[in-house]
Amino acid sequence: MQLTDEECAMRDGDKGEGVAAAMDLLIRYGEALGAERLIRTDNVAGAFNASTPSIRPIAERGMEEVFSKLNLDSDKVVEIPHVAARTCQLITGIDDQNWALQGADPQMVEIQRKNEAFIGKRGINLFATCTPYQVGNVPVLGEHCAWMESSAVIYCNGALGGRTNVEGKESTGAAALTGRIPYWGYHLTENRFGNRLIRVEVEVESMMDWGLLGYFTGESVEENIPVIEGALGHHDLVKLKHFGAAAASSGGVEMYHLPGKTPEARDSAEAFGTREAEETFVYDAAARKRMYENLQSATDDKVDFIMLGCPHNSIEQVGRIAHLLDGKRLHPDVRLWVHTPRAIRSVAERSGYVALIEAAGGQVMSDTCPAISRSLPEGTRVIATDSAKQAHYLPAIANVQGWFGSVEACIDAGLSGRWRGDF
Amino acid sequence: MKVMTSPLILTGRKVVGGYAEGEALVTTQTISGWGGINERDGSIIERRHELVGQSFAGKILIFPGAKGSSGWSAFFHMTRLNDVAPAAMLFTRMTTKIALGAVVTRVPAMTAFDADIYQTIKTGDHVVVDADAGTVTVHPT
Repeated sequence: MQLTDEECAMRDGDKGEGVAAAMDLLIRYGEALGAERLIRTDNVAGAFNASTPSIRPIAERGMEEVFSKLNLDSDKVVEIPHVAARTCQLITGIDDQNWALQGADPQMVEIQRKNEAFIGKRGINLFATCTPYQVGNVPVLGEHCAWMESSAVIYCNGALGGRTNVEGKESTGAAALTGRIPYWGYHLTENRFGNRLIRVEVEVESMMDWGLLGYFTGESVEENIPVIEGALGHHDLVKLKHFGAAAASSGGVEMYHLPGKTPEARDSAEAFGTREAEETFVYDAAARKRMYENLQSATDDKVDFIMLGCPHNSIEQVGRIAHLLDGKRLHPDVRLWVHTPRAIRSVAERSGYVALIEAAGGQVMSDTCPAISRSLPEGTRVIATDSAKQAHYLPAIANVQGWFGSVEACIDAGLSGRWRGDF
Repeated sequence: MKVMTSPLILTGRKVVGGYAEGEALVTTQTISGWGGINERDGSIIERRHELVGQSFAGKILIFPGAKGSSGWSAFFHMTRLNDVAPAAMLFTRMTTKIALGAVVTRVPAMTAFDADIYQTIKTGDHVVVDADAGTVTVHPT
C-alpha cells in the first residue's frame, strides 16, 4: 500500500506510539483489503466504550489497555493521545441513568464512567447512540467518513450520500487517532452504483412497511447495491432509518438508491451509472407477507416486554408513543422500554413525553438497547417490537420469543398483555 | 485397506499471512458476528443459519464472508482472546467486515481462489492453509 510521507512518519512513531499502533493496524487492514492507499477522514463514529463484562479484566488494568487492545489491536499498551479527527461514540452497553432498571452491575457502571471520562478527555463526543445523524453528526454529500454501526452506515451512504464502509471497533479507533481510513469500497464513486433492482408492486407507506421492504431487500440482494423503484410512498428520516436497519440485518446492504428520493440518484440512470441490474426482485403482497412471517419467532401470545426504539427513536416517535399511552396504564405483567438518544430524551422530557410514558408505567432509556446490553427485564419470555432489526437479532441473543409489528400493535400488546398483531 | 486420495491444491490471494491446518467446516451462507455467533464458545447462534449450534473453534472455516452488524471484527477478535477462534478463514466475498475481522483474529486468511472452494472442500476434509505461499491443500476424507 502506498503511504504519504506524513503517513510514513506516523507509522514510524513521529507522532507517538499510539498513532504508530493505529497506523500499523490501518496498514494491515488496508493490505488485507487490497487497498492502494489511505484517505483522509474527519468524521469517525466508533465504539470506544468499555461496558461489557468480557472487557472487565482488561478495564481493571486501565483504560489505556482497553483502547490499545480492543480499539487498536495492539499487544503493547500505548499512550492514547487526543483524537486527530472529529469523533463520536456510538451506542454503549449501559444506560448511565437507568442502569438499575437494566439490572446492570454497579461496578460495570463505574467502569463505563471511568472509560467515558478517559475518551471524553481525548475529544470523543459522547453521543452514545446508534443514530449519530439524529443528534448533530449529519455527513454532507461526498464526505469521507469512518463509521461503524450497520444501520448508521447504510443511512450515511444511502440517505445522505456520505461515504463510508462498515468499519469496526479497531478501524474506527485507528481512524480517530490518525484521521485516515483505507481508500476502498464505498469511498470510490464507481463502487456506489446500483447492481440489483427491486421492483415494488405493493404499497410501501407506514414505518412497518418500510421495515418489511428493508428486510426483503437485504435477504434478496445480500451485500449488493439495490435500486428500489415502484410503489414507494412518502419517505422521511424515520422510514429510511428503519428500512436501512432491516436491510443491513437480513443482508449486508451498505448502500442503496431510491431514484428521485436519495441524493446520488435523481433518476434510475444515475442510480445504475456504469452498472446494470444483474438480477431483479419483485416485492409484492406475497413477499411482504413472507417477510412478516419470517420476522415472527413467537408462538405464545402472552407478551411480557415491549421494546421500542431500534434504531434509537426520533423525537416524533417518542411523542407518538406518549400520545398512544396518554391516560392509559400498561398491563401489570408487561414492561415497556422506549430507547432514544440522550440528547433527544432531554427534549422529550421538556416536551412532557417522558412523563406521559412513565405515568403509563413505561420507561424511556438512552445510551443502549437490550440487544447490545443483553439485559431485558427479569423473567422476559416473549417480546414485541416495531423494529425488524430487533426482531431479527434479539430472540437469538436473549433466547426469547419475538413478535414484530407496528408501533400501534406493540402499544396494544402493552396495554392488553396479549399480542394481536395488525397485519 | 485405506484408499489414499491424492490431495487437491488451490491457489488464492493472501489476506492475512500464516500457516494452519485442521478440519474443514464449510457453509455457503454468510455469517453474522455480533448476534450471529457466541464469542465464548465459537458457535453459530443465528436461528435460521445452516450451521446453527455448530462450533468453528480450531476449524478451517470456509464461508462466503461476513454479514450483519459492524461488531463483526470485535466479536471475532473476542474469539481469539477466548481461544475459540477458527484456525483459518477461507472466503469468497471481500468486505471491510471480513478483512478487518481476519486481521484482528490474526489467523491465516485467503480469498480469490482459482476454483470453487465450496465444490472442492467438504466439511470434515483435512485442509492445510499456507497463506504466505497462497496455497490451500485439501485432503479429502
